[in-house]
Amino acid sequence: MNWGSPEAFFAMGGYALYVWGSYAVAAACIVAELWLLRRRRRTLHRASSRSTAQGSSARASGQT
Amino acid sequence: MRPNIWRYASPPEFYRLAGGLAPWFLGVAAVLAASGLYIAFFVAPTDFQQGESYRIIFVHVPAAWMSMFIYAVMAFWCAIGIVFNTRLSFMMALALAPTGAMFTFIALWSGALWGKPTWGTWWVWDARLTSELILLFLYIGFLSLHAAIDDTRRADRAAALLVLVGVINVPIIYFSVQWWSTLHQGASVSLTRAPTMAATMLAGMLIMSLAAWMYAIGVSLLRARTIVLERESDAEWVRELGALPQ
Repeated sequence: MNWGSPEAFFAMGGYALYVWGSYAVAAACIVAELWLLRRRRRTLHRASSRSTAQGSSARASGQT
Repeated sequence: MRPNIWRYASPPEFYRLAGGLAPWFLGVAAVLAASGLYIAFFVAPTDFQQGESYRIIFVHVPAAWMSMFIYAVMAFWCAIGIVFNTRLSFMMALALAPTGAMFTFIALWSGALWGKPTWGTWWVWDARLTSELILLFLYIGFLSLHAAIDDTRRADRAAALLVLVGVINVPIIYFSVQWWSTLHQGASVSLTRAPTMAATMLAGMLIMSLAAWMYAIGVSLLRARTIVLERESDAEWVRELGALPQ
């Protein structure tokens, strides 16, 4: 075990800004990537159900 | 009869396979990342020269490796796509690019945060750093060029050509620390320190790299599935599979 206390862990021997800054941004990038991917998929699903809904209402009212 | 290896070049087969595999890759990535981070912060000892700042290595090196490796894989798919004219190859390249760009950005960012305490500067225009920045521009250039061309087939081929021209940058990044005198240290896998230290540091770095690898495969398979659906939303198999709401 490297750290005597939680404070020592978070202080990172005086390099807290650099170490945590690296890990925090890396974590944020991964979360952002997964979120953007999910949003892209949802947009596709919404667009698909919208176009199908328009298509079927068009068919129902006799338009093509 | 078609040879069996081409089977997964068919979008519906790929869509099914990728959907089954991606959660496993992401799950393994999460487990590996958790154990890698544990080693990085609680097992690997303090560096006698750099103190705790060296712990950036566990995110910096895996990200830098992935940034180059993903580009090489992208170039492979682009070459396959151009030679065999397989639609799925271009979709794979397109699916990999954002993840590659993300790892490049993480490598540059963590490098800057590591450079400040060890070199006294966030950034220098030396060979390693500059060529890695060019890699980020190549990823962004590929995605922008693809987005700028309306016709999908033309966009695929033009952007693939850009990737293939840019692949020259990958060996330049890799060997830059040997070819030019640079602030950046040489390859760090051959750590010449006390064996127990080197062993735990190396183990942490390799496990984190493996985690990054699994994550990259998982997330790009998921993105490739989305791209397949975007392009084939009107296809019969999408309706049969119920992949999109009807």
